[in-house]
Amino acid sequence: MTLVSPDLDLRFRDAAAREHLLDVAYDLVDTPVGKLLVAATERGLCRIAYDADPDRELDSLARMFGVRVLQSGRPIEPARRQLDEYFEGKRQRFDLAVDLKLLADFNRRVLRELARVPYGEVVTYGELAARAARPRAARAVGTVMNRNPLPIVLPCHRVIGANGKLVGYAGGLGRKETLLQLEGALL
Amino acid sequence: MTPMTLPPFERFYDEHREEIYAFLVRRLGRDRAEDAFQETFMRALRSYPKLRHGEHLRAWAYTIASRIAIDEHRRPRADAELPELASLDGRPAFAQLEHLADDLPPTERAAVVLRYGYDLDYADIGAALGSNATAARQAASAGIRRLRRKEAP
Repeated sequence: MTLVSPDLDLRFRDAAAREHLLDVAYDLVDTPVGKLLVAATERGLCRIAYDADPDRELDSLARMFGVRVLQSGRPIEPARRQLDEYFEGKRQRFDLAVDLKLLADFNRRVLRELARVPYGEVVTYGELAARAARPRAARAVGTVMNRNPLPIVLPCHRVIGANGKLVGYAGGLGRKETLLQLEGALL
Repeated sequence: MTPMTLPPFERFYDEHREEIYAFLVRRLGRDRAEDAFQETFMRALRSYPKLRHGEHLRAWAYTIASRIAIDEHRRPRADAELPELASLDGRPAFAQLEHLADDLPPTERAAVVLRYGYDLDYADIGAALGSNATAARQAASAGIRRLRRKEAP
């Protein structure tokens, strides 16, 4: 049986990314909160998925960004490194380009505000709505958090209810708690 | 019936890489198969967004690999003893044939082009079509009959 060697496979995946032939490069990243599927376009990071069903995720990436979706580690290497550092407690801010081009204006504005919430601090949905100049839109902000395409890097885990409850998290409340504990925001 | 949508490239690559590699090893030997493999999928990646649907992807992959295998054969090798005879009439056989066969149904077209343009045997063509050698032979002769009828005055 002839088999494509891991080396040959890797060479193709590297070359595809190096020659800018991919609409989306993705890879899996192991973290204390599970295996993440991390994807990037040429513009920047476009998706971080918890518990990804690869087939569904690839279909969705292809629909949104184009059919040339390929697993290729190199383009997401900076994200992998920074996530590692974050989980080791050595990084408090992510310095990564993001691709939010396909989002609605309101979602993008809210996520830009979210990105400014510092490590280890929390805000309420209402406060975040106010910072995005839509003080009455707490519920809409909740929806934006729920659909955040880049959890962890865009820290929707730092947004909690007005009563101090964690409320919800697309990756599950256990993970929200883990992230806030890691950041020292929960005792 | 609506044609199958084009799958994400990862799935196409994952489904076809082993058989395309095995095919290239048979055609070129292991040493030269590696470069040809990379070139096949790089070329596929470049053309992929131009495909309109996800039908006949396997035959498409074999066609690209066959063309690259022919280019590889033509490339002068360090140990070559004979001069190149390939470009006798300018256009290579597969280019003329692909043009002629344009109007055939996809399966017949692939069978004709792979058999007479790229000189694949029926076992490989059967693999390319996702069937077998017998079906490949039938598709190729049906295609040739159709071409003859078209050529007749």
